Amino acid sequence: MNNKVIQTENLTKTFGDFTAVNTISFDVYEGEIFGFLGANGAGKTTAMRMLSGLSTPSSGKASVAGFDVYRQTESIKKNIGYMSQKFSLYEDLTIRENIELFGGIYGLRGRLLQEKKMALLKNLELEDDQMKLVSSIPLGWKQKLAFSIAILHEPRVVFLDEPTGGVDPITRRKFWDLIYAAAAKGITVFVTTHYMDEAEYCNRVSIMVDGKIEALDSPDRLKITHAAGSMDEVFQQLARRAVRKAD
Amino acid sequence: MHILLVLLKKEFTQILRNRFLLLIMFQMPVIQLLILPLAATYEMKNISMSVVDKDHSSYSAKLIDKFTASGYFKLNSYADSYEKALESIEDNTSDLIIEIPENFERTLIREKKADILINANAIDGTKAGLSSSYAASIIADFNKDIRETLLQPGKLNPAPRISITYSNWFNPTLHYPTYMVPGILVTLLSLVGGFMAALNIVSEKEKGTIEQINVTPVKKTTFIVSKIIPFWIIGMIIFTLGLLISRFVYHIYPVGTYGTLYIFAMAYMIAFLGLGLLISTYSDNQQQAMFIAFFFLIIFILLSGEFTPITSMPDWAQKMTKLNPLSYFVEVMRLVMLKGSSFRDVLTQFLTICGFGVVLNTWAVLNYKKTS
Amino acid sequence: METIIVENIYKYYPAATKKERNKALNGISFTVKNGEIFGLIGPDGAGKTSLFHILTTLLLADGGRATVDGFDVVKDYKQIRKRVGYMPGRFSLYQDLTVEENLQFFATAFETTVEKNLDLIHEIYIQLEPFKKRRAGKLSGGMKQKLALCCALIHKPSVLFLDEPTTGVDPVSRKEFWQMLKSLQLQGITTIVSTPYMDEANLCDRIGLLQNGSLLGIDTPENLTRNFGKPLFALKAEQMYPLLLHMRAYDQTATCYGFGDYHHITFIDPHIQQADIRSYLQGVGFTEPVEIRQIAPGIEDCFMDLLNH
Repeated sequence: MNNKVIQTENLTKTFGDFTAVNTISFDVYEGEIFGFLGANGAGKTTAMRMLSGLSTPSSGKASVAGFDVYRQTESIKKNIGYMSQKFSLYEDLTIRENIELFGGIYGLRGRLLQEKKMALLKNLELEDDQMKLVSSIPLGWKQKLAFSIAILHEPRVVFLDEPTGGVDPITRRKFWDLIYAAAAKGITVFVTTHYMDEAEYCNRVSIMVDGKIEALDSPDRLKITHAAGSMDEVFQQLARRAVRKAD
Repeated sequence: MHILLVLLKKEFTQILRNRFLLLIMFQMPVIQLLILPLAATYEMKNISMSVVDKDHSSYSAKLIDKFTASGYFKLNSYADSYEKALESIEDNTSDLIIEIPENFERTLIREKKADILINANAIDGTKAGLSSSYAASIIADFNKDIRETLLQPGKLNPAPRISITYSNWFNPTLHYPTYMVPGILVTLLSLVGGFMAALNIVSEKEKGTIEQINVTPVKKTTFIVSKIIPFWIIGMIIFTLGLLISRFVYHIYPVGTYGTLYIFAMAYMIAFLGLGLLISTYSDNQQQAMFIAFFFLIIFILLSGEFTPITSMPDWAQKMTKLNPLSYFVEVMRLVMLKGSSFRDVLTQFLTICGFGVVLNTWAVLNYKKTS
Repeated sequence: METIIVENIYKYYPAATKKERNKALNGISFTVKNGEIFGLIGPDGAGKTSLFHILTTLLLADGGRATVDGFDVVKDYKQIRKRVGYMPGRFSLYQDLTVEENLQFFATAFETTVEKNLDLIHEIYIQLEPFKKRRAGKLSGGMKQKLALCCALIHKPSVLFLDEPTTGVDPVSRKEFWQMLKSLQLQGITTIVSTPYMDEANLCDRIGLLQNGSLLGIDTPENLTRNFGKPLFALKAEQMYPLLLHMRAYDQTATCYGFGDYHHITFIDPHIQQADIRSYLQGVGFTEPVEIRQIAPGIEDCFMDLLNH
């Protein structure tokens, strides 16, 4: 297979005596769409924050784009894109200003920035709306915009934290079109979600339960090994054990 | 550097778009400077007095006249007895009681001295203190008058007469705005520097946009500088606005140079912005930031010498003012505006403020963690 | 017997001027029968919460009328508040009170006691009981939801309003929650529940599809899917993205959406054959094996179909 763009070995994060992420080990290959699944509170966001340099692990090893998560977080940040659950665009800036801001932050300037900006606007059909404040546009637009801005500088990996919450089914699918297109261009997509049907869009999926990875494979193979008809069933089987333990 | 410019463009765009913020930042100083010095003044007028005149002599009448002629005192009532006069204090119709005993004139002429009683309502301590001191100076003046009439020079008391005239140095007319305006300017700058910058950063924390910045290669120093510069510029604009109002509305011209004032103000803003940033690194939401900022601001203002002199504070409080950046600024403002101090004269204060700036800003940068 | 009657309800979003106003709810009309579970399906911003607020007397509509259990939502709001159980969108119980304390609070607020209606919530409560001294804020998502449901039922309401009760809750708890709703139905409680999850729509007796303040369709899930009106194909291959792009480019394709492990496609010509599809794909160079099946449409397919019109 291709290079490994994310590698983790016994990665752990504890908060006091609570272990949020418990010795997880996995690899993600270049160009994959990797789904990181789990119930709320299973540890997905914590794990993702460690990989994107927002949080220091308590123990274990990990590297992203070849850089160590303990000592080289700033280098990691140059090579990744990130979209948080809140989308994190500046609501009091226009669509265009947000693009120019984040493009500039990642070192895009001059003609290159202009070209990428126009391409983005064209792709999302927002050319006529570029002067609108982000606070005034519908949720679906914000979502697509946040994603497009996250990959504007063509990072090696883009991290998406529950990016499709709350939008209608058509918008959700249009969003996954964008993810497909990004992966086709060679950008590795690391996405967390609790929509099980979205798990099917991924090349491989891992399922986190109580801070541990309980399953890691392609959706098809997972369904076979768990004798399940859908990813939802696979998840139910794995999560059922946890719910009994958790409370 | 390019990233800094990009961030600055964002900050200015956001600030200029925030109508409410702009309103507060520019109207607030104007209103404060126009209303406060005129309204919150120590000059007492219309002190209402109740007189118990048991003598009804020409001297007692003269004394009362002197009070009312001064312009500060207003005769509320003549009371028959001290108890009656006390009632008027209790129902708040008078602030001061003057009791002139029986045989006042006779005692004065015969024994060359007499006593009168002045009682001031001290529920408002400041008012009582000032009323009493006005009364005392009016009486001193009265004494001067009667001395010249009662004591012929050389006959009874050959001691040389020393008359004392006094004037208030640097603010001869005790023009209250001259005294207050520099202090108010300092408070305004502190509010903009301390509050606004702190709230700005914390609101990014609340909205989640700070996380988006943390995940980019932007260095934290760059980010912090991008927050300092816009508010620093706003602070300087407000300072200029304040000085213009002082000049054209209150006719307060600095005896020293504007240059000295500006250099100090610039250093002060950076120091206070550092404080604001530091507060924001310790706050998770705007409510917390506001309370912490308020806490500091109120203590700083009360202990700055703006309203009450530092020298009359107890020792421990005086020591605390050394840690208060506001006290240095208030001092320098008054020194430069009223006394005409040069930059060299206030060099110590300037260096102290620079020290504050370095410490606070460094602390803020160190405390701000992109990775938690 | 209709427990809830909604007639032409309008609600405007607040705006600076009357001209700029947008409609949060655009002339909604529907009814809910006694004892049924009615689902209001729609994404964020559709207007579900606004509608619930109006029906539970927390918000005044700008137009139209509604009655709950025979009482008008405006004139008889006090009566409605006594007989309605409401579970709002976000967790609305007191985080720093224990399970017990929350239940007692709500019972007292409705002038009843926990013991009086314990039999109604018994099934749910036994799951909470081991945690009754734990603070509500420290419960897991699924437990919080069960507690909120108990508090909504504590005064034996005749109608239950549940606003997105399963959002943010793990799939196992979601399933259990719906089982609880079914057993409550047996006790005669009418339930109206809103959810963005299409799969939960099938668990309701009747559903209303809400998008941008308008009802796209109201019916039983079976009828809605029956009214889809055209054949639906599911396609699958190893390389799903190129397949998607090709099918979108096909001039015979009407709609083409990803649906997890299959793409759902409708065609312009309802009589199209599998062979036609295969020969097209061969023609554009897509040579890997493609699985093509005709399937029955689900609620989500219907929803998207209605959205497109």
